[in-house]
Amino acid sequence: MHTQTDMLLTGVGGQGVIMASDILSSAAMSAGYDVKKTDSLGMAQRGGSVTSHVRIGEKVFSPLIAPGGADFLLSYERLEAVRSAAILKRGGVAIVDCAAVPPLSVTVSGYYYPSIDEVRESLGDIARAVYMLPATEMANELGNPRVSSVLCLGFLSVFLDMAEQQWLDGIRGHLPSRLHDVNLAAFNAGVEAAREGRKEEGE
Amino acid sequence: MKQLLSGNEAIALGAYHAGVQVATAYPGTPSTEILENMARFDDVYAEWSTNEKVAMEVGLGAAIAGVRAMVSMKHVGLNVAADGFFGAANVGVRGGLVVVCADDPGMHSSQNEQDNRHYARFAKVPMLEPSDSQEAYSLMERAFNLSEEMDTPVMVRTTTRISHAKSVVEVDGERAELGPPPSFVHSPTKYVMVPTYARPRHPLAEERISRLAKVFEEFPLNEIVWGDRKLGIISAGVAYQYAREVFPRASFLKLVTTYPLPQELIRAFAAGVETLLVVEELDPFIEDIIKSMGIAVQGKAFVPITGELNTDIVRRGAVAAGLVPQASTEAATPTPSLQDLPPRPPLLCPGCPHRGVAYVLSRLKFGPKGSIPKGEGPAKTARQWHIVTSDIGCYTLMVYPPLWAIDSCVCMGASITLAHGLEKAGVAENTVSVLGDSTFIHAGIPGLINMVYNRSHSTVIILDNQTTAMTGHQGHPGTGRSAKNEEAPVVDIAEVARGVGVKDVNVIGAFNLKEIEETIRRCVDNDEPSVVIVRGPCTLHERIKGTPLRVNQELCGLGPSSASIPSAIWYRFKGWFSEQGCRACLDIGCPAITFEGGKAHIIADQCIGESCSLCVQICPREAIEKVPD
Repeated sequence: MHTQTDMLLTGVGGQGVIMASDILSSAAMSAGYDVKKTDSLGMAQRGGSVTSHVRIGEKVFSPLIAPGGADFLLSYERLEAVRSAAILKRGGVAIVDCAAVPPLSVTVSGYYYPSIDEVRESLGDIARAVYMLPATEMANELGNPRVSSVLCLGFLSVFLDMAEQQWLDGIRGHLPSRLHDVNLAAFNAGVEAAREGRKEEGE
Repeated sequence: MKQLLSGNEAIALGAYHAGVQVATAYPGTPSTEILENMARFDDVYAEWSTNEKVAMEVGLGAAIAGVRAMVSMKHVGLNVAADGFFGAANVGVRGGLVVVCADDPGMHSSQNEQDNRHYARFAKVPMLEPSDSQEAYSLMERAFNLSEEMDTPVMVRTTTRISHAKSVVEVDGERAELGPPPSFVHSPTKYVMVPTYARPRHPLAEERISRLAKVFEEFPLNEIVWGDRKLGIISAGVAYQYAREVFPRASFLKLVTTYPLPQELIRAFAAGVETLLVVEELDPFIEDIIKSMGIAVQGKAFVPITGELNTDIVRRGAVAAGLVPQASTEAATPTPSLQDLPPRPPLLCPGCPHRGVAYVLSRLKFGPKGSIPKGEGPAKTARQWHIVTSDIGCYTLMVYPPLWAIDSCVCMGASITLAHGLEKAGVAENTVSVLGDSTFIHAGIPGLINMVYNRSHSTVIILDNQTTAMTGHQGHPGTGRSAKNEEAPVVDIAEVARGVGVKDVNVIGAFNLKEIEETIRRCVDNDEPSVVIVRGPCTLHERIKGTPLRVNQELCGLGPSSASIPSAIWYRFKGWFSEQGCRACLDIGCPAITFEGGKAHIIADQCIGESCSLCVQICPREAIEKVPD
């Protein structure tokens, strides 16, 4: 019996949200789950908010997660995490790359951009655990800021019932071979960070 | 073999396995990937047609030759193709002709959310609607068989959540053996629709749709799921998935054949349940037909007629109808404590070749006096000197602040024609229209010819980024690349403009603000129709990335506007002024420029470098510079 798990991935166009949700969905399918995933992109390919709904389970009907229904919120940008917070189930888990990508409304129109602590606190109103992860920084240390998307998947993988091999196949299947090594390293770094983080949270 | 496929991928694979030999389309979200996937099959002829009407008629031509053909488009594309669609319904086919039409409830990337199911009824064409990728794959072969057996085009209607959602598909087919070689069978009574031959076709169409209704009574993909007989739900498409989740115990009739409806099946289902509810997105299409059958049914009283549905909306409707109990407060949607978040609308990319024109139009549009309604333009300014009518493409994003550069966006081609109409009505302002290269070829050319013929004074700006950018960089006749990414003849837009009689045709670069402004000013001032082709490649498409520029923090600061402030005041509020900074570079709305502590900063990994340099041109302090190697 595969437990129903709903995950929302979000971020800014160009960050690799869709690619990450494709990897996640493939891994889940090879683990024997029924899978539905759907993306909401704004009109522009870059710079707008992007969300991707991934639902896995024995049998999935709606491709969209209902508000208050997501078990996991995985955000590649902290403002977008708050924007999508209402999708999170009470007692769900939020995993957020601390990275800041302030929109033009902040730089030009003077909107306030929330701090890491404010985001943590705000998500904490709903989630049982909020992991604010310096994923982009960690990815930079691995030599490529863009691998933060796979690094965060590694973090998420610790919470899910899928074998490592299924994840690795998913990564290999969706990325060109020259990027395999650095992404596998990023995935492992994410796994490590999650094990550390869960210990601290006492989960 | 199990595959995770989007609805569009599943449709393409299903069509391929059904033996499609000709596939045509014009790109349009959410339908674009259908043709992109068809183009990957070596043994399928696939083309980006100049517009949906052309695509429809090319598909019909192929079907008349006896091969299987598929035409795909977004919902508003069928408006453009409607003439050909009705024509195809009239003359019928030989090889199967399937018209895939992808609606966009919720307008994720569209200007309206029309419900194209009405087109099936309007044109008397059978319609099938998949509710997931598996069904999308499985129904394609049936759609082609039906088309050939019934001598009619078949419409397959999807929505964004079907076309773009991925789900697991058991791929059990392979490429069908192809039919006899293409040929033309002369039959003027079938193909030459002069009134004498057309009149007998109408009763044939009526008789065909009655026969189809009978065939659909036994259509294997329609499905009854018996549950609790108290509540019976009739649904189709993605709405069925939402309803299944909201009413886990109810009885269901899932319809794949949504026109004509299988009325006996519906009657039998309705007779088996106490309360009947239709859950459908957008219009009460199924509901109205069932009501006209004299069956008591509810639908739009509880399920909204506007916007995209989801389980939450369907559930709230069901609660209002008393069909499911009110959810407890515990389960109510949680709200985060942070509110009034900064919006992040889609933007022109850093290095976008449309930005220079947008900036110049914005400057030319707004004069120094008067006032405009709040939220309709930049706060500091006012009177409009020009009206800028836009078309549909990335450049429509010029409407957002800080650019506020355009005044209309209605449908494909309506940039040039609206400008002409405004001018002929006698507005005081000058009129300027903007449209893209692909859009110009799609629907702009007749409007331009009309301008020449009817002595317009207006200016047409064609933003030529050498691709169909908004839908994901497809080729078009101006690009020299075919749908299969092979070399193709290039239609020269400037030559087209000259050829239809425009004398003042200018071709300029996209990143020289002075040249753009001078050219537009001169064209607007002259008394004849003029065309300005602004050429610059789509940075995203060409993956242009040079050494990023940077802001010299010592030079960046209070701009020349200090000259207009009395010095006593300036000194008194020096601190405040320096906090405000100059901000001139923010007026181009480049996502690579941020502003903090009274100074501008450039985000290195977003800036494309010297090939753009618009910010360098507008910085009054010459503070933006190249990073020395």
